[in-house]
Amino acid sequence: MRFPWNSYYEKEENTVSRKTLSALLTLLILLTLVLAACGGSTEECPECPECPSVECPECPACPEVSAGQDIFGTVMARGNLVCGARTDLLGFGYLDENDRNVGFDIDLCRAVAAAMFNDPEAVEFVPLTAAERGPALQTGEVDMLSRNLTWTSSRDAQWGNFTIVMFYDGQGMMVRKDSGYTTLEDLDGATVCVTTGTTTEKNLADNFRQRGLSYEAVTFEDTSAVYSAYDEGRCDAATSDKSQLAAVREGLANPDDHIIMDVTMSKEPLTPAVPTGDDHWFDVVKTVMYVLINAEELGVTSQNVEEMMSSDNIEVLRLLGVEGSFGQEDLELAQDFGANVIRAVGNYGEIYDRYMGPNGLAFDLPRGLNELWSNGGILYAPPLR
Amino acid sequence: MSQSSPSRMFHRKGVPLWRDVVVLQWVAQILSAILVLVFMWFFISNVLRGAEVRGLSWSYSFLKESAGFPISESVIPYDEAKTFGYAFVVGVLNTLKVALVGIVFATILGIVAAISRLSTNWLVSRIASVYIEIIRNVPLLVQLFFWYFGFFQRLPPVQEATTLPGPIYLSQRGLYMVWFKPTSTFWTWMIFVGAALVGSWVLYLVLSRYQVRTGKTAYPVATAFAVLIVLPVAGWFLVGDSPLVSNVPVLGKFNFEGGLRITPEFTGMLVGLVVYTGAFIAEVVRAGILAVHKGQFEAARALGLNQMQVLRLVVLPQSLRVIIPPLISQYLNLTKNSSLAILIGYADVFFVGRTIINQSGRAVPVFLLIMAIYLTLSLITSVIMNIYNRRVRLVER
Repeated sequence: MRFPWNSYYEKEENTVSRKTLSALLTLLILLTLVLAACGGSTEECPECPECPSVECPECPACPEVSAGQDIFGTVMARGNLVCGARTDLLGFGYLDENDRNVGFDIDLCRAVAAAMFNDPEAVEFVPLTAAERGPALQTGEVDMLSRNLTWTSSRDAQWGNFTIVMFYDGQGMMVRKDSGYTTLEDLDGATVCVTTGTTTEKNLADNFRQRGLSYEAVTFEDTSAVYSAYDEGRCDAATSDKSQLAAVREGLANPDDHIIMDVTMSKEPLTPAVPTGDDHWFDVVKTVMYVLINAEELGVTSQNVEEMMSSDNIEVLRLLGVEGSFGQEDLELAQDFGANVIRAVGNYGEIYDRYMGPNGLAFDLPRGLNELWSNGGILYAPPLR
Repeated sequence: MSQSSPSRMFHRKGVPLWRDVVVLQWVAQILSAILVLVFMWFFISNVLRGAEVRGLSWSYSFLKESAGFPISESVIPYDEAKTFGYAFVVGVLNTLKVALVGIVFATILGIVAAISRLSTNWLVSRIASVYIEIIRNVPLLVQLFFWYFGFFQRLPPVQEATTLPGPIYLSQRGLYMVWFKPTSTFWTWMIFVGAALVGSWVLYLVLSRYQVRTGKTAYPVATAFAVLIVLPVAGWFLVGDSPLVSNVPVLGKFNFEGGLRITPEFTGMLVGLVVYTGAFIAEVVRAGILAVHKGQFEAARALGLNQMQVLRLVVLPQSLRVIIPPLISQYLNLTKNSSLAILIGYADVFFVGRTIINQSGRAVPVFLLIMAIYLTLSLITSVIMNIYNRRVRLVER
């Protein structure tokens, strides 16, 4: 067969015209340039020498690597915080009628944004499924992960750094009221709906195996699929953190037709986390959480924060940045960042009550363990000083 | 490129080096090879460096750790104490299950739809056209959601299961039907079944060869069929106790127990894949049949062959050559599309892989494993289909 590009060479009798030649030469030069550029940019970091003993000289830090790990600097320069969150769980992370991200977990991110930029809106929320959140944190795709995330030892080792527990929860089991089931033993052989990639999934397995009970799991990655399957009757029960079940129950057609069994299957300390590699950033996020808890302890709320500026309590003055310091300079944050945080989102109690208090936006959930340590709960933060 | 000068491999004297086509062709080849290698090196080293900076582990030793999470259905026995590696195998088998069953049904559906669309019956051909055009133009994901959340989850609750003759129970928890349980005489009976299979195959070969050689009708298909039926039936009575007993599903406290069960997740996935791929296969088959010239039909009819014989002896052998290559890609598509199972909760390899990533925190190694599995499945499918293609191909001289 004769193609148009064959005839060209045949006509020229195996030699190439000057035009083609110059085109080829240009290509060659371009190629060399590209290669040179590639070679220049991928200079390897010097390898760290093998250490014969514990006392070995400090390994020369690779500038590129450390630059990539300066999360604080990156966030500051970017002017907003990238927060891994969820948009589908009433009370913790959901959208209000104006499509604004709201919820307990969301406000923790807003608090950090308020501390950094004095602007609770300077946050970009990245919706993540339960299965996506670990890799997102590991790769540093988000600056902070606040997505009712249970703190476990292996996640701490693999995923990132966990700040402090902001919500003490436990795993529960929701069933239909008319079923009359009250204990896990009643559920021997039942079908249970659960979200994949969660601690819940493993606790379910542990609890049933421990008791020698059989069950059938129906798992989905998407939380809403889990509860829609439960609601349709695909499962006899659904399991998750009790707070999540309370939130979901509220969203079902007839909340009163469902009960959360009086069984606690595990400890679920829900904790915001940050990627590893930047201790400074880790400290900043932790300190903002301390501020929220300490503010409640000291009685500073978003309503009375201006009056409190002239309080006679030295701890309140320190918190609000009026006098003294609790490390603002070392954290490279504004002197009055504590006041900014409280003004923007309120103290811990206010955040909790906003969504889950007696008149909360989402549903009513007694604080239980999440009361301050001074009120019979276990919520306790290091002192600000 | 080398085709333009097949007689030479090396530089020709008398022509300047920079104007010799052969030299320039070699240079171009080497440069493009270097370019490709540099690109690959750039991407791979980028991944490696990224993983190192973020402290992602490359080790596969976690596969030996206990998985600890449940999987909703499995071909082989599975419980939470099994390892991550074992869980991954469970996922692979589930993918294979839905892909293999899907390929068989999608092919049948595709052929039926193609022949219907070509039918002279107005109603039948219109129905087939509407099916093919609607299904091909709606994304598979939307269809899967429709089948699973819109249909299979809306079946009656298990306590009020629809009873079909059989009995087959249809409910949200899936389809339960009578199945057979082997008894002690099962394996003795299996010898008869095996003998029947081998015997009928041999008979078919011998008789059809005899028929071809002598031209006398020897009924190869009918005889083979008779052997296939008679031997097992005879065996059933000869072994004494019945080798299989029926296992009827009985409604327990939560679900039916016993019998054969097909979960709604599997069914949803299967129906979604079959209906979707079937529409594409229908068009492939239709194109193949239309590729056979009208004259061939007419000539075959003129020779006195009936409609079925025309299709079987004249049209299909020729159209298969056109059908097989695009059919391979449809099979590959079906296998790869099965990864959408994650959205309707069917535990295929991608679903299980994602769960393992989450529970073990090893994203990169697991993704490499998943990629390797899909690549292997695709290569195996296309090797098998290519061998078949070579057999049906018209030998040209």
